[in-house]
Amino acid sequence: MFDLTGRNALVTGASGGIGGAVAEALHAAGATVALSGTRETPLRELAERLGGRAHVVTANLADAAAVEALPKAAAEAMGSVDILVNNAGITRDNLFMRMSDEEWAQVLEVNLTSSFRLCRGVLRGMMKARWGRIVNIGSIVGTTGNPGQGNYAAAKAGLVGMSKSLAYEVASRGITVNCVAPGFIETAMTGKLNDEQKGRILTQIPAGRMGSAQEIAAAVLYLASPEAGYVTGATLHVNGGMAMI
Amino acid sequence: MSDIADRVKKIVVEHLGVDEEKVTETASFIDDLGADSLDTVELVMAFEEEFGIEIPDDAAETIQTFGDAVKFIQGAV
Repeated sequence: MFDLTGRNALVTGASGGIGGAVAEALHAAGATVALSGTRETPLRELAERLGGRAHVVTANLADAAAVEALPKAAAEAMGSVDILVNNAGITRDNLFMRMSDEEWAQVLEVNLTSSFRLCRGVLRGMMKARWGRIVNIGSIVGTTGNPGQGNYAAAKAGLVGMSKSLAYEVASRGITVNCVAPGFIETAMTGKLNDEQKGRILTQIPAGRMGSAQEIAAAVLYLASPEAGYVTGATLHVNGGMAMI
Repeated sequence: MSDIADRVKKIVVEHLGVDEEKVTETASFIDDLGADSLDTVELVMAFEEEFGIEIPDDAAETIQTFGDAVKFIQGAV
């Protein structure tokens, strides 16, 4: 099941926990992958671990010109971009009353605006091919909100509305656009939480544990597969029951 | 009919699946040939590739009919 042989996938934030797991899952299903991120060393290491069918295309998503160039670089490396996974994200947490314009703008720029630009950049090829898969990695906090994350929650909620609008526009061309919304996943991002914060979060998760990056990757793999061709505009929540929505 | 017009017509016929006779000088892609807004974007993309030209968005908006397309492309190549 879920054979991606011959498909080319661009994964942003591939140097992170979830992005790396997504790239591995797509690659294991037969896809060629372009690994994007700001840090080249972990990307190179991942590409080496994967062996063939893996390319490294670094880009700083806070830089608009670099974002514009990324789909072209990925298409040059692989021949096309059939699958785009917008996974890269940053946090600049702060209480609302203390949040600076800069903290707000940075998070919106990297988490939302760069995803818009990358979607726009890959559409031409997908429209011509009459096939495409876009998976945007959202977050549970885009739906539930989270104190200290007004900027992050706004960006992640924004991804959902953006994805649905784009899904409408391109559904007739064989292109699907969906979101995967992780709950609390064991990554470097959640590793910053202290034990007390983690303990408090765990009491709110019916599954009684944090999720793994592989469990997010599996959801992305499904949405990227030919089998999910009739699923579009959806948000797949993967959160251990933390929010049943 | 000029070579350019023939090539434009071929793209329109193939892309919109319409009869060649319907693609007249004044035929509007949307009103007469059944295109939706996304079809018009795809047509412009196809013209760009066929003729190796760039059609900026503001110019693309003025291309409403088959005649508009031929005229624009004749001026651009």
